[in-house]
Amino acid sequence: MPAVSDLANAAVSGVLTGTVYGLMALGLSAIFGVIRLVNFAHGELMTVAMYTAVVAFQRLALDPFVTMLGAAVAFGALGYALQRGFIGRFIRRPEHAQMLLMIALAMIIGNALLLGFGPDARNVQTDYQLDSFAWGALLLDKVRVYAAGAAVLATALLAAFFRLTLTGKAIRACADNPLGARVAGLPVAHLYAVTFGLGAASVAVAGCAMVPLIDVTPGLGPGFTLLAFVIVILGGLGSMVGALLGGVIIGLSEALAGVLIAPSAKSMVSFGLLVVILLARPQGLMGAGRR
Amino acid sequence: MTLDTMTLDATTRAPGRRRALIAAVGVAAIALPFLVNNYVLSVVTLALYLAYVGQAWNVMMGFAGQLSLGHSLYVGLGAYASAGLFFHYGIGPWLGVWVAILLCAAVGAFMGVLAFRLRISGVQLSLLTVAFAELARIGFDHIGWLGGPGGLFLRVADRGRVDLLGFRGPPALYYYAALALTAGALGLCALLLRRRAGFYWRAIREDEVAAESLGINVFRWKMKAVILSAAMTAIAGVFFAFYYNSLFPEQIFSFGRSIEIVLGPVVGGVGTLFGPIVGAGALVLLGDGTTEVMNRLGFDVPGVKQVIHGVLLLVITIYLPNGVWPPLARALGFGPKRI
Amino acid sequence: MALLEVDEVSKSFRGLRAVARASFDVERHTIAALIGPNGAGKTTLFNLIAGVYRPDGGQIRFGGQAIGGSPAHRVCAAGVARTFQLVKPFAELSVLDNVVVGALHSERTVAGARVRARAVLQRLGLASKEPMSASQLTLAERRRLEVARAVATRPSLLLLDEMMAGLRPGEIDELVEVLRSLQRDEGITILLTEHVMRAVMALADQIVVLHHGEVIARGAPASVVRDPAVLDSYLGEDALAGAEP
Repeated sequence: MPAVSDLANAAVSGVLTGTVYGLMALGLSAIFGVIRLVNFAHGELMTVAMYTAVVAFQRLALDPFVTMLGAAVAFGALGYALQRGFIGRFIRRPEHAQMLLMIALAMIIGNALLLGFGPDARNVQTDYQLDSFAWGALLLDKVRVYAAGAAVLATALLAAFFRLTLTGKAIRACADNPLGARVAGLPVAHLYAVTFGLGAASVAVAGCAMVPLIDVTPGLGPGFTLLAFVIVILGGLGSMVGALLGGVIIGLSEALAGVLIAPSAKSMVSFGLLVVILLARPQGLMGAGRR
Repeated sequence: MTLDTMTLDATTRAPGRRRALIAAVGVAAIALPFLVNNYVLSVVTLALYLAYVGQAWNVMMGFAGQLSLGHSLYVGLGAYASAGLFFHYGIGPWLGVWVAILLCAAVGAFMGVLAFRLRISGVQLSLLTVAFAELARIGFDHIGWLGGPGGLFLRVADRGRVDLLGFRGPPALYYYAALALTAGALGLCALLLRRRAGFYWRAIREDEVAAESLGINVFRWKMKAVILSAAMTAIAGVFFAFYYNSLFPEQIFSFGRSIEIVLGPVVGGVGTLFGPIVGAGALVLLGDGTTEVMNRLGFDVPGVKQVIHGVLLLVITIYLPNGVWPPLARALGFGPKRI
Repeated sequence: MALLEVDEVSKSFRGLRAVARASFDVERHTIAALIGPNGAGKTTLFNLIAGVYRPDGGQIRFGGQAIGGSPAHRVCAAGVARTFQLVKPFAELSVLDNVVVGALHSERTVAGARVRARAVLQRLGLASKEPMSASQLTLAERRRLEVARAVATRPSLLLLDEMMAGLRPGEIDELVEVLRSLQRDEGITILLTEHVMRAVMALADQIVVLHHGEVIARGAPASVVRDPAVLDSYLGEDALAGAEP
């Protein structure tokens, strides 16, 4: 039985990492919840964002938390263009066709990364990589705290956008009632594209935040995609708080499982949770009632 | 979940031409080991294996309408069940396969009950299938009795000698086995499609509510499709174990393998008889073919095969959502007549 | 004992009462019509009998056997077949295969089912369309296909849900004739819901009127269409003029 301080450290570090997971899942929740697109390429977007941060660090000596801003804008614009120009045509197709389309994109992106960067792991070592904050008996990695800070800030901004701005409300209307939104004259194609752009931007921020925390390899995509789906289902579709909450729960349980059971058991807990949620409460923790 | 415009060429309108084509293909298939070298034979064997396992998956998707993205679960369970019995108790594959089938049928039934009784469908169902495969992948890493992450290795005796009982021998043996499996699956599906099962499954796929109103017990028939699919896939697992002789949880249960299983039928045509075969053939030809060519030209390109598969999947999903086989069949003069 | 006995059946959806203590009987070999304004509960009542919904109260008996709450496939096994308001053909199957699916309920082999299916299609005037895909039929033909598919299961009771909506008068008369012959030659009992009074008056031996989920009138057509409550809630005086049998 590990020491309490180890457990506490693991727990806190898990919660911090979890917020970044939550932000990534938030992007998926927006895309899936609004556009109803089953984005199986979500993890690959995350991986591309991570490589962007790596390259920016290596070539331009930019700290990932700085790259984050540019990446968010760039990914947002690309996401908008992708949805408006290409993916938008496939929303009417049956679900399984969408899944396969996005899986195809994922395969292409993931393996293009492999071809371009090779299979070796890359990472980013900032000056403050090994520093930590002392908080009582706990030792918190600076990178983790910064990452969590960025994630929480981004989440808050997104929440504010959806709740307070006119565009945000319009998007929520589309999610609620696509036909009604069209009838009311809302520019649905544009709004969907904005949503995808925001989702991509969230992933960009999450990716840059994640880069100081783990090694980057081309094959990270599927793992992230599955994780994002688990979190979205756990937290409940359409709930931003749910995504963040789900992310924190997953981060926490992974960290604790890693310490209490074995490092390799981490993902098992996530999938186990997914199975339990799907069977017991398919609408998720914060989700609306059964459809 | 209804699948739009899926064609099922259960019957043909050009029986003479089809018989001739089948005969020609059959002769070529049987003669193949004498015509090509071992490398080409192994590639064709792989294609046949993918065709078979794709056909097994097709039963669940084409008939029960359930998009399983975790079919590697059954391949892995079947492989480990038979390999474990052989490794520890010397029980040969001909007995081991029955254990594999029973195990996978049970797991399939369990998933079926979950999905159908609890009304889980669509994305959530697909994710559930992925979750189970992932749980197996990580779980089997911890089963020391089956080798754990280091893998389970079956001893390979003399490759030159044909040992039917132990399913060991030269590449030609495995080729014929894969050929027999694929032909068997094809025959089984063709037979089922002509009988009550085929009609009921197609009705369920088109409109469950209407089917139920005609006296069809939809739950029971969906379960039959799922169990059959799982059992057929189990056999693929046994083949895999005794062909490759090394099993690693990381590989055999992986999500990538599940996608690999799905690619053949999707490219060829989900719900069709020959789709999975045509699809597997196209994928292996383009994928492995390109890799081979690039290697000969001196480029070392890890991942190019997957990119090609991805592009093929993309193109098919966009332009030929019903797969390559239906238009090809029509061009060749087969397939359902359209007035 | 009547073939179908609906006994004080009720059904609510989240507090909204769709059917309230509805009672009526349908005698063997007769045709009964269920009429009433939109939202009266006709289709809900249908779905209760057909096994799509489970009644909250009351009993539904078929041939003496309680079927209320049974799932749809068991209701069919008992001898009740139905059609749907929005037709549900098996679009990718041929017309013949559509009916074969139905016939397989009462036949053991596919060959036998095919024979039965052909006979039913012949009787419903769709024999020439056999090899066509169901998706290529006109609306009137699809309605007849749906009837054919249901009849192929050899039911004792046929439930028809607004079969005549959207059809031209000529098509209505044709379908009426077909239904009459089914009753006459195969002895099938028919319960239909309808808005098209032309068909109702031509077919019904008994009319049951539903309003706000309650049965407000039932009996022979001549008397029901003159019932003040019925005229008030649904038909209106003018209907009398167009609905003379």
